[in-house]
Amino acid sequence: MDWLYQPWPWYVAGPLIGLMVPTMLFIGNRSFGISNNLRHLCAITQPPNVDVDFFRYNWKEHIWSLVFVIGTGLGGFLAGVMFANPEPVKLSAAAQDMLLAWGFTQPGAFLVPDELFHTSVRNFTFLFASGVLVGFGTRYAGGCTSGHAITGLSTLQLPSLYAVLGIFAGGLFASWLLVPRMLI
Amino acid sequence: MTRYIPYLLVGVVFGFVLIKSEAASWYRIQEMFHFQSFHMFGIMFSAIITAFITTQIIKRLGDRQAMDGQRIEIPDKPAGRVSYIAGGVVFGLGWGLIGLCPGPVFALAGTGSIGAIVVLAGALHGTWLYGALKRYLPH
Repeated sequence: MDWLYQPWPWYVAGPLIGLMVPTMLFIGNRSFGISNNLRHLCAITQPPNVDVDFFRYNWKEHIWSLVFVIGTGLGGFLAGVMFANPEPVKLSAAAQDMLLAWGFTQPGAFLVPDELFHTSVRNFTFLFASGVLVGFGTRYAGGCTSGHAITGLSTLQLPSLYAVLGIFAGGLFASWLLVPRMLI
Repeated sequence: MTRYIPYLLVGVVFGFVLIKSEAASWYRIQEMFHFQSFHMFGIMFSAIITAFITTQIIKRLGDRQAMDGQRIEIPDKPAGRVSYIAGGVVFGLGWGLIGLCPGPVFALAGTGSIGAIVVLAGALHGTWLYGALKRYLPH
């Protein structure tokens, strides 16, 4: 049962993620994608005195999608708590050196760095603001890594290629120019 | 309610894979954007190839019904360019900073990470902001 505790190589994880696309089609003709749920959650919580068109639709037709992400959270609990990997993330030597130089003292000790995720006003402001970018950007682009990079590219959709190029450009900018200066 | 059970189970598998593959690791995302390991690229490429082959097979099988009786169709994304690129850049900035895209946010929140829940709260506000500003933005 060691495999339940150990990290999975890319050639196991990647195909399993790819199989989400045909599986969702087979279950109920659904398009695999996660970020739509952010819209559904806004639609559910939109107060009656606020009326933004974008959130006025019958979200009940999308309960299946919300159930899917509840499952994702449950899967995260199983993999990250019940069957947690006791070992650090095996980063490449180059990545470890780079992260140490940026001021991250324990590269890979946990999934996310304590320096950015531990409870503090500074960290939560940063996490919230970055979350705003993720929410705004995914809705503006109409999808995220799952909906565009996996579903969109694998079904040969040109708009998804534009989105993926944008995503990678934004990510490179943040990772090369912003993140190295964050702890200094 | 039973019709939702398959979605729950597939969602569990997805969340499990995201944590086990370390795709929900901030460190892995920085490593990827600096081209220091094949790991994340391997996940993305093999996922896309698997989805490509399987959806091509579904297309060639002709008329096929889903488990709930619907005809399987793969709809095209709405045509456009500006919104896809601009939205992608904004999302990419956030992804590069916090190392979490929407799927991993939910998976990591499931591990009890308060930080992931703060990200989710931010993402909901960002989504709402887009909805409110949609008509003023180029698409």
